Amino acid sequence: MTGSVQRVGQAIALAGVAALLGLLVWKVAFDREGGVAADLGRGKLVNAPAFTLDRLDREGRLSLADLRGKAVVVNFWASWCIPCRDEAPVLQQTYERYRDQGLVVLGVDFNDFRQDARRFIDRFDLTYPVVFDGKGSTAGRWGLRGVPETFFVDRSGAIVGEPIYGPVDSTRNRVAYERGIALALGAVP
Amino acid sequence: MTARLAALVATAFVLGGAPPSGAATTPSDLEAELVCPTCETTLDQSDAPVARRMKQIIRERLAAGATEAEIKAELVDQFGDRVLAEPPKSGFDLLAWVVPLGLAGAGAIGVAALAWSWRRQRSAEPPLPLDSVVERRIDAELDRFDG
Repeated sequence: MTGSVQRVGQAIALAGVAALLGLLVWKVAFDREGGVAADLGRGKLVNAPAFTLDRLDREGRLSLADLRGKAVVVNFWASWCIPCRDEAPVLQQTYERYRDQGLVVLGVDFNDFRQDARRFIDRFDLTYPVVFDGKGSTAGRWGLRGVPETFFVDRSGAIVGEPIYGPVDSTRNRVAYERGIALALGAVP
Repeated sequence: MTARLAALVATAFVLGGAPPSGAATTPSDLEAELVCPTCETTLDQSDAPVARRMKQIIRERLAAGATEAEIKAELVDQFGDRVLAEPPKSGFDLLAWVVPLGLAGAGAIGVAALAWSWRRQRSAEPPLPLDSVVERRIDAELDRFDG
């Protein structure tokens, strides 16, 4: 009896070790921690992760796939974020300036209250589409580090240029921002 | 009187820090049970901007007469289950409660089975015969003790 109990115990322990080993292999091989931002950092060409989220600027939902064929500036922000307030007028100007060339600025509100986000949209007279990612699922797949953060998606749906960490209008980010817009529009060969 | 006092102390110990039933929920109660979505610590430990806003909303909603459950539901609607310090006791999250209890139960059954098996094995073994010299010496000692 002791022998059989011992063998069962050993089998359970062995199964536990094998399960943990399998988890480790899966984590290393398949887990996409860091999202697209990490892949871009490794120099990979990455397609923008799809999402469909509730709109904050009007009723209904908006899918990134609906914007295929357009250049998209995807800006993650939150109403409590001070640098997001600084860059909001610049994003609005970008939308107005390049809209006729087929560029859309798409705001993705993250870790925020809907009512605060709507007040923010009114306060800065934002007319570009804004969606709500309160649960953070989209931000996670994009590998967001914080807000504000901005990505550029070209007409084929690929992420181009460098992600911008921090406000797009800062001295440090201004050149990368202009370049990202040009790449998304296909204006850079 | 002493027994009554002891019962009162025991009840207080069992209830721990939980507010007595019927007592009004305070902002501090909720801040300890909800997590800031950006820094992932409980609200009472966080000073992040979104945590400050959540605390403000909690105070406003409590003042307006909302219950603890209503406020939690509103915050989960905004941010998802990740704002709850404890996983919900339903759906997939129920596993977080059931698995540790199941493992503890399985462990207890395993230990009991081992103990039973050892005990059975020991009782089945015949006692070892005593050395004749030792046996004679024990008999002599017992006689001396009785005599």
